[in-house]
Amino acid sequence: MNIQKMTIFGGRSKSGLPEPVQRLDLNMGDVVSIVGSTGAGKTTLINDIELFADANTPTGRRLLINGEKPPAEYRDNPACNPIALITQHTTFLSDLPVGEFLTIHANIRSKDKSQIEDLVTRTLAFANQLTGEPVQPLIRMTELSGGQTRALLIADATIICNTPIVLLDEVENAGINRNRAIELLRQYRKIFIFVTHDPRIALLSDYRIVVKDGSISDVFHTDEIERKCGERVSVLDDALTNLRNQLRRGERLSQAELESITCA
Amino acid sequence: MRLVICAGPATTGKTAVLRNIIRRLLESGNRPAFLKIDVQYAEEDEQIAKEFNIPTKKTYSGELCPDHCGVMVLGDAMLWAKKENCQVLLVETAGLCLRCAPYVDGGLGMVVLEATSGMNLPLKVGPMLSLADIAVVTKIDRVSQAEREVFRARIQDVAPKVRIHEVNALQGIGIDPLVERVLATPPAPERMFLRGTPPVGTCTICVGKKEVGWQAHFGVVRPLDQQTFYRGE
Repeated sequence: MNIQKMTIFGGRSKSGLPEPVQRLDLNMGDVVSIVGSTGAGKTTLINDIELFADANTPTGRRLLINGEKPPAEYRDNPACNPIALITQHTTFLSDLPVGEFLTIHANIRSKDKSQIEDLVTRTLAFANQLTGEPVQPLIRMTELSGGQTRALLIADATIICNTPIVLLDEVENAGINRNRAIELLRQYRKIFIFVTHDPRIALLSDYRIVVKDGSISDVFHTDEIERKCGERVSVLDDALTNLRNQLRRGERLSQAELESITCA
Repeated sequence: MRLVICAGPATTGKTAVLRNIIRRLLESGNRPAFLKIDVQYAEEDEQIAKEFNIPTKKTYSGELCPDHCGVMVLGDAMLWAKKENCQVLLVETAGLCLRCAPYVDGGLGMVVLEATSGMNLPLKVGPMLSLADIAVVTKIDRVSQAEREVFRARIQDVAPKVRIHEVNALQGIGIDPLVERVLATPPAPERMFLRGTPPVGTCTICVGKKEVGWQAHFGVVRPLDQQTFYRGE
């Protein structure tokens, strides 16, 4: 599966008008956000990608891979599907210990059995950089916290599944380190698409797709000013996270905290 | 008349999958009839008749197992669907004891399993899966990519020839290939036979009389239009 590029050709908006952005190329290595208000059509866009739409969905969009119609096996044979999907509903159901679970998955994915141990170790290490509380190999999957679960879902999809395209639908809500996540994901040459309401993720992306009335209305590359905004947003966001943690720990706030939010 | 028999444990989304298939069949100019076989309660026939305005029927198997009931009534049901000017008969049936399967030779056998039912489920459902032509895996957005892949691999272990289709029936994702399979199915033969070998038992089907249609059986027989209300114990 040597995917270099995915192209989306525009269709129609909810009100039947031609989609303002008629062509969009996503290249390997791109980190992309999809933004828009609730009901604007973000999930519909994700669905079109997942379906390899060929003018056969309500939007009329078409998708090409490497400039060509995607092979039928992408759609027909789940094992050939180049897309991994993590949604806000996605979770682990297994109650196996984490290490055992990842080993089962790695065994199915990897032809080279000598790699299994290494894959599992790397997946755990990846997950543990995203979450505050480390995931131990002996802990049961069902005992993982929300943040640990998200972190492991992302790590597993990136390292063991290793699909060239990863869709992440509003995964920001459970406490993972988002700056670190995007920094780590950038080391893997894939197309990462975040559906997000989080300014931090949107501004850390290479570009963001704006969805309105069921259509892609704009594509904005993050410019220098926005990148700086992103840095400030991260400071603000961290200040809030710290405050939240202090309150959680049963601590009182002081002048220092007041300043941290005032100057942020 | 093409025949599609759809089986699967309760709540896996059989009706949701069939609803999507019906919508697309109608769009492509094919009129399906729908038969629901259940033990003692079902309302899918009424919902589907209301939603799509197609001929529907239900039959309660009562004291028979649903697969036994299927063998009894399928012959009648094919004639009924033909009389209603349909091109496809879709049969939805509950899989219960997991020792036999409702599919017949010459028809399309479709099992619907939910990805949320645990990675080992494919190892537990027996001929309902291994004798199917296609396995439809639903609720794929609910489980991790890892479990989805392990689930798929376990299906392939148990049933290497079964074609797997992953769908999200609520969003209609992955339905088109199923419709293509339905339309590629040749018309069912006049005399139809159950695909698998039933378990040891004492009813005519259990002892191996596999021909479809109550006329070919003795003992407990059941035409399509005979309804009895089963109360159990």
